[in-house]
Amino acid sequence: MATALVDSKRLAMTDFKGKVDPDWCPGCGDFGVLAAVQKALVDLQIPNHSVVTISGIGCSSNFPGFINTYGMHTLHGRALAVATGVKLANHDLTVLVTGGDGDGFGIGGNHFMHTMRRNVDLLYIVMDNQIYGLTTGQTSPTSRVGMKTKSMPFGNIEAPVNPISLALAAGATFVARGFSAEQKHLTELIKQGIQHKGFSFLDVFSPCVTYNLDNTYQWFRPRVKKLEDDTAYDPTNWLAAMEKSVLWGDEIPIGKFFERTDVPTLHGAEPILNAGPLLHGDVRIPPDVARSFVEELM
Amino acid sequence: MKQTFTIGIGGAAGQGVATPGDIFAKIFSRRGLHLNAYNAYQSIIRGGHTFLTIRTGPEKVSNMGDRLDLLIPLNQDAMDRHLGLLRSGAACIYNADTIKSGVAAEGTALCPLPVSKLADISRNKVAQNTLAVGAGLNMMGIGFQALEEVLTEQFKKKGPAMVAENVDIARAGYDYAAANFKPFAWPLPMTNNRYAVLSGNIAMAMGGAAAGVKFYCAYPMSPSTGVLHWMAAHARKANIMVRQVEDEIGVVNMAIGAAHAGVRSMCATSGGGFALMTEGLGLSAMMETPVVVIDCQRAGPSTGVPTKTEQGDLWQMLGAGFGDYPRAIAAPLDIGDCFKIIPEIFNLADRYQCPGIVLCDLLLSEGRLSVDPKDLDFAPVVDRGELITEAPSTAGTNGDAVYKRYKITESGISPRAVPGVPGYTHTAASDEHDEDGVLISDEFTNPTKRRAMMEKRMRKVGGIEAAVPPPELWGPHNAEVTLIGWGSTKGVIEEACEILNEQGISANQLQIRWLVPLHGDAILDILKGARHTIIVENNYSGQFARYLRSETSFVPNGYIRKYDGEPFMPHHIVEAVKEQMSGKSRLTVPAHEILV
Repeated sequence: MATALVDSKRLAMTDFKGKVDPDWCPGCGDFGVLAAVQKALVDLQIPNHSVVTISGIGCSSNFPGFINTYGMHTLHGRALAVATGVKLANHDLTVLVTGGDGDGFGIGGNHFMHTMRRNVDLLYIVMDNQIYGLTTGQTSPTSRVGMKTKSMPFGNIEAPVNPISLALAAGATFVARGFSAEQKHLTELIKQGIQHKGFSFLDVFSPCVTYNLDNTYQWFRPRVKKLEDDTAYDPTNWLAAMEKSVLWGDEIPIGKFFERTDVPTLHGAEPILNAGPLLHGDVRIPPDVARSFVEELM
Repeated sequence: MKQTFTIGIGGAAGQGVATPGDIFAKIFSRRGLHLNAYNAYQSIIRGGHTFLTIRTGPEKVSNMGDRLDLLIPLNQDAMDRHLGLLRSGAACIYNADTIKSGVAAEGTALCPLPVSKLADISRNKVAQNTLAVGAGLNMMGIGFQALEEVLTEQFKKKGPAMVAENVDIARAGYDYAAANFKPFAWPLPMTNNRYAVLSGNIAMAMGGAAAGVKFYCAYPMSPSTGVLHWMAAHARKANIMVRQVEDEIGVVNMAIGAAHAGVRSMCATSGGGFALMTEGLGLSAMMETPVVVIDCQRAGPSTGVPTKTEQGDLWQMLGAGFGDYPRAIAAPLDIGDCFKIIPEIFNLADRYQCPGIVLCDLLLSEGRLSVDPKDLDFAPVVDRGELITEAPSTAGTNGDAVYKRYKITESGISPRAVPGVPGYTHTAASDEHDEDGVLISDEFTNPTKRRAMMEKRMRKVGGIEAAVPPPELWGPHNAEVTLIGWGSTKGVIEEACEILNEQGISANQLQIRWLVPLHGDAILDILKGARHTIIVENNYSGQFARYLRSETSFVPNGYIRKYDGEPFMPHHIVEAVKEQMSGKSRLTVPAHEILV
């Protein structure tokens, strides 16, 4: 990839500022996620043009418009499918996928599961606020039992999904959880997720200050406990990660639950990509190969 | 009439109908004969009833025809269903041990094979098939050598013993026929031509490879799965990334992702899968990312009849997606055209940065046709349109400030930069956006900008129309009847016209290949001089007739429609035309006499 044009100077936070400012509600958790992503890209000095930020639809999915990278603002729930196509066509790109819990675990649930088992090399950040925000406050797949919303005014009677357990079960090779208000910690997880070769899943508590009055900053702050603070915790131990993933209540773990590096990425497992990205390949079939295709039929 | 010879092979799924079909097809194409094959089957892996028709001759064979010259029933059921299809001079070769013959029509021959006497059936379960192939080829006047060659290739992988066993059985059938059955009156000729024999699915897959497709993905769905199979088997040689995806929603979005990153990207499905892709097509149009989707129509609605043909998805294609957006829709006319149409539609989709839809159907997808290898051109014109894949050497680091992904232009086409190019970062958006990709759907909603963007995109419609030639009338001018069809009915209508002309009713044909753009004015110009117009199509409601009327106000004199799952045969159209010309009716729905 020709990166010489921007390598001449050191990238700063302002280089990653988008064309417009975020239109999220004041106090929205997503601001913290945006800042942490920008900081991670600056720390890693990844040129703007070699990053593609891809989202679905929802408050948090407006993310690509607020950051200066290549961006795709796709359909509700479909970001991971689009991102898989992007990565396979040009695996030199750093692919970030951003979205919300409804987008990822509700309408996009099928793609979530399959993208994880394929180990597509990208970082998927879910800004999980346990509510549908842009549609003005309905129950989401991560809303707690009993939570009252416009769509379930008498309280949610459906069990929420556990994104961390789900990711571990589906074969994600990097599984982490952050909290929007823990900037340094979150930035570090994003950097690790970008650098991990394979599918990195990062669930981020990103409180909705308008529609979710249950899971607020105040609610999370005393509960979140960093896994990194527990020196005995081994993130290469899948069973231990599974055990940690089900903790919820007075103590909610954040940090890196799990990482394994021995699984080939999807693009790495496909020999035709050994010669480099498809984008740069020859569009013509060599004449002898073309002839062999026709001769098979004669 | 063109000289042709038609073989029908019928049996239960799993009885090995396909293998004798493949053997005949290979031998015919190597004799330099054309052929057309159609397999009527059901959604079953074992059992049911499968009927393969192979029609061959020295000239192009455009459809499966009306009657049989040779019937090979592999079970009683096939005998009972198809014996009536024999034309005068035809024969039926069957296993006399297990099948009771029906009553053969005058001028047709029953040729019983004493299978258990000619082969060891305890060793070879499909001995009856091989014996019948040998016997049939003898009666067609084809030397045994040709059969021995094909059998050797066919069984090579299973070892020399297997080859020898099958060659011996085939020879026993061949020799038995020489001694006991009368040869056909018309021995199959031989030419110096050599043809490739392929299905429409293979043709579309190869057309994709020729067009420079680098990304293909799909979810298995009959009758489109053959495209996936060819792509998967040839991916490594052709350097194509082929993926099987969790569902068609994932398929179209993954294809769009790859296309957005800069490679030609294609997928194929049938009506149900296409329905799931609909929202994605709108995304392709809105982000202005070209993608080509093939729809292999089968009989619907819902799961419908997965193994049967229909032209029932036209309105789904026309209406796919909410909102207005430019698209191109092409219906290949035959299996050779399945190949040719793919590079053409990719050039349009790339130039106009919009989705391209290929509206195929089971008849072409799974039918097989002999095609001149010269018509399988792997170096077609590839026009990627205004695509930026690398930064110009003069570009500075501030390219961002000047590059507008959705720049408003007279043609409606805005230069498209792919991710990775320094200086061109932008967001491609599914929400309505401004020239620079910034959303105008949220707090910045602006009716002036929305209108300008809609008009920019829709201006491309004019360009697409100018890039595609209008249809032409085939056959005698000032004919008594003009038959109008679209897509796969080309061949059968062509033959119906030939028969009508021979019978003294002058007939010509208007066959539509591009459904969008339609060229309504050119069609009206052609049809205003027509004396009696009939629209022929494979669906219930006359989807094309309704479309033509909505675009041009044109109303034909009559309609011939078929929606029983099977394709038209020439006599269906000929008889319907005669009935309508005599004023008996305006709508004919021919009955399919063969129960498959």
